[in-house]
Amino acid sequence: MAWIVAGIVAWGLGLWANVRLARLARLPRSRATGLAVPVIFGVTLLVIWECFVRGLGVPSVILPPPSAIATRFAAATHILWEDFVQTAIKGALTGYVLGCGAAFLTALAIDRFPFLQRGLLPVGNFVAALPIIGMAPILVMWFGFDWQSKAAVVVVMVFFPMLVNTVEGLQASDRMQRDLMRTYAAGYWQTLIKLRLPAAMPFVFNGLKITTTLALIGAIVAEFFGSPIKGMGFRISTSVGQLALDLVWAEIVVAAIAGSAFFGAVALLERAITFWHPSQRARAGQT
Amino acid sequence: MKRSVLPVLTVVLALLVIWYGAAVWLNAAWAQDRATRAGVELSLAELVADTWAQDKPKLPAPHQVAVELWETTVEKKITSKRSLVYHSWITLSATLLGFALGTALGIALAVGIVYNRVMDMSVMPWVIASQTIPILAIAPMIIVVLNAVGISGLLPKAMISMYLSFFPVVVGMVKGLRSPAIMQLDQMKTWNASPAQTFWKLRLPSSLPYLFTSMKVAMAASLVGAIVGELPTGAVAGLGARLLAGSYYGQTIQIWSALFMAAALAAVLVGLIGLVQRLVLKRMGMA
Repeated sequence: MAWIVAGIVAWGLGLWANVRLARLARLPRSRATGLAVPVIFGVTLLVIWECFVRGLGVPSVILPPPSAIATRFAAATHILWEDFVQTAIKGALTGYVLGCGAAFLTALAIDRFPFLQRGLLPVGNFVAALPIIGMAPILVMWFGFDWQSKAAVVVVMVFFPMLVNTVEGLQASDRMQRDLMRTYAAGYWQTLIKLRLPAAMPFVFNGLKITTTLALIGAIVAEFFGSPIKGMGFRISTSVGQLALDLVWAEIVVAAIAGSAFFGAVALLERAITFWHPSQRARAGQT
Repeated sequence: MKRSVLPVLTVVLALLVIWYGAAVWLNAAWAQDRATRAGVELSLAELVADTWAQDKPKLPAPHQVAVELWETTVEKKITSKRSLVYHSWITLSATLLGFALGTALGIALAVGIVYNRVMDMSVMPWVIASQTIPILAIAPMIIVVLNAVGISGLLPKAMISMYLSFFPVVVGMVKGLRSPAIMQLDQMKTWNASPAQTFWKLRLPSSLPYLFTSMKVAMAASLVGAIVGELPTGAVAGLGARLLAGSYYGQTIQIWSALFMAAALAAVLVGLIGLVQRLVLKRMGMA
């Protein structure tokens, strides 16, 4: 009972703090409050979770409390690291680089030939909406159980979103700008490198950011269809079978951190490369 | 639109040719293997014919998949467990329920975020963070845990679909509800409109184009969620179960036909939303 009361108190406290902070921030929107509000929200959520799981006596095979997950995380770091290397580095990252690279080159080729553009783009748009994840069992059958098949799934998953975004980006430069390049007597390659690729970068990075999460999802789900005895997807599906839910949640925490870090890295790269774009300039001015 | 028919057809035709070629290439090893064991020499024509008609090929030829699709949809009774229509219906019902729940949740969250500053500051970052977590990876755990609590069947799958589909709706709706210009909002103020009137007469109508666009994304995501949600249920029913059973028993033709069914389902659902979008926006004078 005491746990539940504590949970409700924490709830009230968190809510009160956030309302106060939001009022404060109505003046100039400072960076500190912008960061503090979501952090307080998240911490409050964790405390409520902990208190209610303990207070209501929820069995740990259904929902383990955050503290149990944290201890398991600390105890099983070597397993988690091994899984992370297998799935995130070997599977997802390899596939991500290969898939995005291939899509980028294909987009350049498509851009050169209007016929291909009119033919491939509708097909690409169609395929991008399909449940590509269903290809996973087939690719696992073709490339074996190890990380190569996971990389293949990731390649297929990231290819079309990336392709569509890059093609759109290559059309982003104005007619005026292209005409200006012509008056400078610039060739196709010069126009491409000096005008159209830089202009396409915001779209390219949009594609790169969307596909980061897709890559991790693809690599993990592909492991449900067969994998060696390591990997995040393998660990999740077997630990669920063993009712070791704290390990599953620890694995989810790893996935969340990896996903956020991956996304963050691409976002940082974007800020460095497309520093001239209005959306980036506005953010720089705010901080 | 008409201009792109020819290029699209060319691309599709090229894909079919590549597919047939790949089928020969991938299945040739098995055909040769069998031929040497039987002690016969295969001519090129025989080899090609054999690779296009194997029972469990590495890559089934397009016509094999088409025949399987025809047999399992038209020739089987709908109630039969071998009918693809039966499995599609199971997946479709979970998809639609999850989509409806997800859209409702997304709209509710978006309204809260637009009208409440505390929610805007605390919830929005977590909504975005929630999507960097590969939620599909947790799907098996959600299914198993909900099963343990006594919820089984349609609802757990719908929950996963809901989780995947609420995000695009939240993002799109927040953008849409904020899309009226300051001038328009001021105009509502000069008419002495209440917040409710502003919502129903200005914000909601102007958010509809955004809503439809994000509903298309949400529908595709919802279908993926339902399919993945079926994987850990022990391959009972649904398109995901067909995929899993197919990969266990090496029934590649079955996998491909389930895949095509899923693709058709996605295309039809997204197309339907597009149709409704066109009708509604035309009625409203926006398209």
